[in-house]
Order: sequence, then structure tokens, then C-alpha cells
Amino acid sequence: MDLTSTFVAVAACATALALAYVHRLAAGPTVFDRLLGLSGFGTSTTTILVLVGSVYGRLDMFVDIALGYALLNFVGVVAGARYFERLDGR
Amino acid sequence: MGVLITALLVVGLLFSAIASFGVLRLPDFYTRLHALSKAETLGVLFTLAGVAVSQGLSPTTVKVLLVALFFFLTNPIASHAIARAALRTGQRPLGETLDHR
Repeated sequence: MDLTSTFVAVAACATALALAYVHRLAAGPTVFDRLLGLSGFGTSTTTILVLVGSVYGRLDMFVDIALGYALLNFVGVVAGARYFERLDGR
Repeated sequence: MGVLITALLVVGLLFSAIASFGVLRLPDFYTRLHALSKAETLGVLFTLAGVAVSQGLSPTTVKVLLVALFFFLTNPIASHAIARAALRTGQRPLGETLDHR
């Protein structure tokens, strides 16, 4: 099994595992469960971006996209947490 | 080299799987956050390490390791922010094991 197909397989598995976070994002009982799902989904997506970059041989481009996505995800989650903290969890 | 890369990727995937199943199956918000914050961080670190090893010595490797370092620093901060917001707005852990005010 060559390296490219290993990357494809790992990316596919990571995508399947990210569905758990989509479920938590859609069905989480509290708003913090949804925030948790968003955080986990963004983290998985960054990993998948780096793996896809490896598959296409353009990792130098994809890693920048992944870094930007990770930054936006982090800022979004922290801002959301502070917002819902002030809003009293409603 | 290929064996090392595959091993790193599989270990990373294993930790990500633990995190995903924890988020799906654990009973309350704090236990789910616990599963996510530790296992997912380690899974990302292992997977990115596998990709970095596959690139050899190049500027791209440094960037991949920077992404890994970014996650190592920011994932606990994000989890802490979520947990603090939940605790301050009155979410209670199952079993009331903490003496929280």
C-alpha cells in the first residue's frame, strides 16, 4: 500500500469520525454542546485539509489554508464561549 | 520510513476515534468536553507528525509542525473557555462531585 492511498484512507476515516461532531453540533442538548461540536469539527477539518494537501502534492498551499482555518476556528470558539457566558446560556 | 508514517497516522486516527466516540456517547457536557479536549489534541498531533515525517526536510515540514504547535497551545484554551462559560452559567456536572460555587 503506497503512501498516497494511506493518506486517502486516513482522510476518509477522519471525515467519518467528524460526523460525530456534526451530530453533537446539530443535536447537543445545551448551547455549550454545540460549541464543543464546532470546536471538534474545526479541529478535524484542519487535519483533513493537511491530509488532502498531502494527497494532491500541494501541501505548501493547503497548510496555509489549514492554519488560517484553525485560527478562525479558535477565535470563533473563544468568542462564542465568551458571548454565551454573558448571555447566561440561553 | 513508510512504516513510521503509517504508524503515526494510525495512532493519530485511533486517538481521534476515541475522542469522537466519547463526544457521541458520554453522558453529560463536561465528560464530553473531557473526551474532546485531550484525545482530539493528541490525535491531531500524531496525524500532523505523520504528515511532517512524510515531507522530509523542507519549509513545508516546519509549517506543518507550526500547525501542530498551534493546536497544542490553542485547543486547551478553547476547551477551558467553553468549560468556564458553562460552569459560570449554571451547568452542573453529573453527580455533583465538585465543590463549585
